[in-house]
Amino acid sequence: MRETPMDRREFIRRCTRAGLSVTAASTLAFLFYDRKAPAMDMGGSPAIRLPDYCLATMKNRLCIARATDRAAAVRQAFAALGGMQAFVKPGERVLLKVNAAFASPPALGATSHPDLVAAVVRLCKEAGAARVTVTDNPINDPATCFALSGIDAAARKAGAEVIVPRDSFFTRFSVKGGRLIQDWPVLLAPLLDADRVIGLAPVKDHHRSGASMTLKNWYGLLGGRRNIFHQDVHSLIGELAVMIRPTVVVLDGIESMLTNGPTGGSLSDLKPTGTLIVSTDPVAADAVGTTLLGRQATDLPFLVKAQKAGAGTIDYRSLDLKEIKVI
Amino acid sequence: MGLGSLIATGSLYAGLLWGLLTLILTILLGRVFCGWICPFGALHQAVGWLANRRHKAAARMAANRYRPAQRFKYALLVFLLGAAAGSLVRHLLDLSVESTIVVVVIAAVSLLCGVAALWVRNAIWRDRILSLVVFIIGWVITGFLTDGSRLLAASLQTGLLDPIPLFYRSVNLTLLPLADGPSIPLASPGRLYPGSLAIGLLFWVAVLLNLRIPRFYCRFVCPLGALFGVVGKNAIYRMGQKAEGCTACGACNQACEGACEPATTIRTAECLLCMNCLNACRHDVMGYRHQPSAAGEIAGPDLSKREFTTALVAGLAAVPLARLAGKTGENWNPAVIRPPGALPEEMFLQRCIKCGQCMRICPTNVIHPAALQAGIEGIWTPILNFRMGTSGCQRGCIACGNLCPTAAIRPISLDERLGRGDFADRGPIRIGTAFVDRGRCLPWAMDRPCIVCQENCPVSPKAIVTREAFQPVRLGGALHLIDMKDRQLRFDGPALPAERFATGDYFVTMANSDAIPPVRIVDIGPGGITLAENPFAVAAHPGDRITVQVRLQLPVVNPAVCIGCGVCEHECPVKGRRAIRVSAENETRDRRHRLSL
Repeated sequence: MRETPMDRREFIRRCTRAGLSVTAASTLAFLFYDRKAPAMDMGGSPAIRLPDYCLATMKNRLCIARATDRAAAVRQAFAALGGMQAFVKPGERVLLKVNAAFASPPALGATSHPDLVAAVVRLCKEAGAARVTVTDNPINDPATCFALSGIDAAARKAGAEVIVPRDSFFTRFSVKGGRLIQDWPVLLAPLLDADRVIGLAPVKDHHRSGASMTLKNWYGLLGGRRNIFHQDVHSLIGELAVMIRPTVVVLDGIESMLTNGPTGGSLSDLKPTGTLIVSTDPVAADAVGTTLLGRQATDLPFLVKAQKAGAGTIDYRSLDLKEIKVI
Repeated sequence: MGLGSLIATGSLYAGLLWGLLTLILTILLGRVFCGWICPFGALHQAVGWLANRRHKAAARMAANRYRPAQRFKYALLVFLLGAAAGSLVRHLLDLSVESTIVVVVIAAVSLLCGVAALWVRNAIWRDRILSLVVFIIGWVITGFLTDGSRLLAASLQTGLLDPIPLFYRSVNLTLLPLADGPSIPLASPGRLYPGSLAIGLLFWVAVLLNLRIPRFYCRFVCPLGALFGVVGKNAIYRMGQKAEGCTACGACNQACEGACEPATTIRTAECLLCMNCLNACRHDVMGYRHQPSAAGEIAGPDLSKREFTTALVAGLAAVPLARLAGKTGENWNPAVIRPPGALPEEMFLQRCIKCGQCMRICPTNVIHPAALQAGIEGIWTPILNFRMGTSGCQRGCIACGNLCPTAAIRPISLDERLGRGDFADRGPIRIGTAFVDRGRCLPWAMDRPCIVCQENCPVSPKAIVTREAFQPVRLGGALHLIDMKDRQLRFDGPALPAERFATGDYFVTMANSDAIPPVRIVDIGPGGITLAENPFAVAAHPGDRITVQVRLQLPVVNPAVCIGCGVCEHECPVKGRRAIRVSAENETRDRRHRLSL
């Protein structure tokens, strides 16, 4: 049997192709070569700092309004403190951190009341705010919570933008000097996009922490598996008080949830307490709120911790206190 | 679909009446649904067209020829309806045993028939009469020997392959979750559905088979098409040839979607009324008329009597066989948590068509298609899994029942769900009960404060209550009192780091002061422990042993109040296997599952 004669051109072509393929394979292998095994992700937050939203000129202000109507109360309380324009300058972007934790109707008082949200949005708009956003990272399904609590509709109608959290809005963050909030996903995007932050929270009973008011409300800025923090809830709230320094907080004690908190679920859990607190000191605001629940502020370890960390004072009488009656 | 549920349940629910309209249309006009309405059919037609448009005429003709295997769909239909017919047959059986007169009449009739059979000359008629007698005797004997309750049971399985539920299920559970995003308003992002692979696989296999044979699913599998083929047998209008002009060019066969061979003797039961042949025929021979086709027609399906009986009996027998597993009885699976308003399991299985609409509408994505948890009959039926989704089953939500097309989940009102108004004396609907796993719960098993479950329990009063308990903390050694000043205690012993013990959850007790309840540690510093108050000053002496206690709130479920919504299970920080889990115990839909008094 004769062998097929060698074709020189064919041979050279083949050699060239083979050579190119070998070169390409080697180049790719070289480019992707990695001597080390993949490292464990040890976290390590990028150095993000949250701005201080406080106004140096407005420290230690507190107004206690005795009222039944939320919108009127918050308007007059702000007026007593120098008007919203003292807090929000024209062109500023304002973030309202509401409590929209549960998919529960406004009447049950488990979430920030839509009337109050709308009133504060309007005040900000009147003061010349360029944009008002409303956000929270609820416990129940976020879209449902914003819809059922009435916050979504009220805020939009008053001219605010509602930010329902998405994964991309969370960034790993560490509280300086903190022990618990280390390299933890925090709802930073709306915060970093705002010049002023206002906290809006109802007064509620809370079996684990003692009470849920303006400081506990910052829990809703945490993402991830934040439930594990309940093991040391007081220290966590203390850290939250350090993490976020709001421009002003509004604590809604027009009705307070005295029992079965923080979800409530029945009208019988609520009691009219006719009080609305506006303060630049969230610790003081919560201290007033604690009295509405018939408890002692010093019995709430998280308030003691927040005070110790310099977030405010429990002794609210020491502040520039205004008490008004709204008819 | 409607027919299936009618046979299974003896009732035709709300929207299923549309089925009647479709049926009437089919009786009069043939399979209009298949060619003009069915979304799955439209998809098949589009894919088949795309795949085959470049093929040569001969190849298309070969692909579109009639295959005897097309009668498989009729067998499937008969099988599925047989499976659904169990309780219907049982009602007939009941009749024969309950009244003596009926039995006597039946016996007399069969005796008469038997005698008559001897006199009848015609062999065919004699056979018929004899088989009737045998059938009646068998019926009566079966009726006497058993009450039929175990021998006959109904289960609606048409939804597995009926194109409408199949299409809805596939789109809802396998396509939309991939496309969901901010632009689709109903979507909470990242919806999950276990078992989507199998659901999607069935869908894609059905779609891709069009590449081999156009409309494969419609021709060989579709039980709904089979039903329409049967009832469209006497359609007033149907496709057919004119008497003259056919050149036997075969253009009609080439374009035919149903493989009904319009070029020769048309098989009307297979005709999808795609009307392609009308366009394809260059000689204007094909038409949609009330006259019979000039080339002859085969009206009905060609399923033989033997095949029919086999499929029917297999269907009738399959369900009782599956029920021997006892999943609808004593062996019920507590992991099968049905949506609020779901019927008792047996009735549920007679209605659910596995369309997945409840799973799509659920705002929190807790309704998922079952795998084998509810037995083989329960495959792809809705069950709740609280590990997934954005929360538990929201107590203010009644979306699933109001969407369910067959009332397998009843359309309940909020009042009924919450036990208000007219339903106040019945109480709320419970879908299960939460159980604390004390071996995994942080406070119970590991002396760590937690009670996230209690906090999130949405009912009022809460279904999770707490017991306060103090547990001594194990330290590196014993602590002894050196001295105390006001609320400050100096002590001797291992260091107490403030970040661990001054959190507000740690307390102190003192030996020799047993009557004094634990006192909270407020701070720990160089000066020792600062207490919230100091009731020990009266009795304590230097050298007394100090015990650090952790204050725990231990969660306990009150079954009288728990509705099984699963919010606690969803929120439990023990994320792997939750430390509090809902099982179907105490669900209101089945009294036999009752737990609390």
